[in-house]
Amino acid sequence: MTTNRILNHPVLGPVENKTPVTFTFDGQTFEGFEGDTIASALLANGIRQLRVHEETGAPRAIYCNIGHCFECRVTVNKHETVRACMTTIQPDMVVESGKMEPAPFNTSPEEWPRTYAEFESKKEGDSNA
Amino acid sequence: MLDVVIIGAGPAGLSAAIACRESNLDVLVIDEFPKPGGRLLGQLHQEPTGEWWNGIKETEALLNKANALNTKIKCGVSCHHIEKTDDGYIIHTNTALIKTKKLLIATGAAETAAPIPGWTLPGVMSIGAAQVMTNVHRVQVGKRGIVVGVNVLSAAIARELQIAGIDLHSMALPVKNTVTKDHAHPGKVMDGLVRIAHLAPSAFLRFGSKFAQSAKVREMAVKLYPSGGVKMWGMPIHIRKAITKINGTNQVESVTMSNVTPEGDIIPGTEEIIKVDFVCIAGGLYPLSELASVAGCPFRHIEELGGHVPVHNERMETPLEGLYVAGNITGIESAKVARAQGIVAGYTIAGDVAKAESAMQDVKAIREAASIQFHPQIKAGRAKIHRAFQEYV
Repeated sequence: MTTNRILNHPVLGPVENKTPVTFTFDGQTFEGFEGDTIASALLANGIRQLRVHEETGAPRAIYCNIGHCFECRVTVNKHETVRACMTTIQPDMVVESGKMEPAPFNTSPEEWPRTYAEFESKKEGDSNA
Repeated sequence: MLDVVIIGAGPAGLSAAIACRESNLDVLVIDEFPKPGGRLLGQLHQEPTGEWWNGIKETEALLNKANALNTKIKCGVSCHHIEKTDDGYIIHTNTALIKTKKLLIATGAAETAAPIPGWTLPGVMSIGAAQVMTNVHRVQVGKRGIVVGVNVLSAAIARELQIAGIDLHSMALPVKNTVTKDHAHPGKVMDGLVRIAHLAPSAFLRFGSKFAQSAKVREMAVKLYPSGGVKMWGMPIHIRKAITKINGTNQVESVTMSNVTPEGDIIPGTEEIIKVDFVCIAGGLYPLSELASVAGCPFRHIEELGGHVPVHNERMETPLEGLYVAGNITGIESAKVARAQGIVAGYTIAGDVAKAESAMQDVKAIREAASIQFHPQIKAGRAKIHRAFQEYV
């Protein structure tokens, strides 16, 4: 299973006596080691993609791996926007990838307000209408 | 109410906790990563003496001391807000509100993004992300990669990836754009490269380092830079080639590389496609200081320290009563400096002036002895922020 593990390291030594933990990702069962984050356990199994961009559907994965960028957000046991890089796997954890969302704000970027003043004036315009 | 809360269980936070516990203060250390150690955990390099700096071992040593003093450390706790009250601070976390008389923010640093087209593809990550995967989680980030961004940090981590048996094609610059700026300028990158040259087993770089003081020589070196790159640990380092695009459908499949002028402008017709399955982007580090800002601490932008830093003095006090900072949040330096700063902060918090003074001397000595300096003018930067503190006294 753990095809991408660095089991032996010339300086850090071997990885040994690790307790396996199983969890699911989008319905499929995976095994990682105790202490793995969701991101590291999945990457060890060759899974990079953790979500798609909510609007465009473009594939996304970890970027910073230290909790800062939120690119790795997934759903864990029904809780949304959980960082895969900061959350350790637990037995029977249910992880789901981030999906595309409906796009109700179907406007082109040219129409988006560029400043707060523009946003305010646009809002006033809306309420007048 | 606690005596002290320390945000960040890295080298600064842990050493501060130890110093506070020596004075029997009621301390709680919180960190949002599942393990204590911060980014120290991933560090692995050979010192000029030949000895290995192993971040996992260094972390263990700090944890053993902390545990011997019954220090409370809670991981997996994220802080998102800080309120200043009349008698201290309220720390808002994902698990609870924590009240404390004194607060030390030791949140370290984050990596500056260097966006290039295609950087959202799976398989593209910050160089620090690759470091954590490799050395902490022991997972390969890919089979063959390329490092985009040539600096002290990326050279050190590229070496770590090599040691772990991961193949790197080369290191090259990011394409010049409004964000990458200096990172995409061969001349400016060369200035940085000569500062790490003594680490490289390369005659060319050692030659370069001898003339590190001479801008003329550096200019020549940039102009005449070999098209095959200069090898460091067998891996070519290119400063006259830039990655203009990362290509792939569902993940990284290749990068597009072009030759650039000494100013970093693309030379048309020099494009080549390089097959890789991962890309590490390295834009350098900046102090991770948002929490000091929401607490109300004043800031200064100091280039030599890596960006916006909370105003503080050598004792690690900020102008806010009961708020302290230590480690990379005060400026980008090595983990050894961060650890020494933590000791200063701990003794300052405990009110042990004599020990704090002595620890301040240790910080200076460690800075002097550092084999890698993230910024050559670090001392000038430190002087600037300490002067700024005087405006608030």
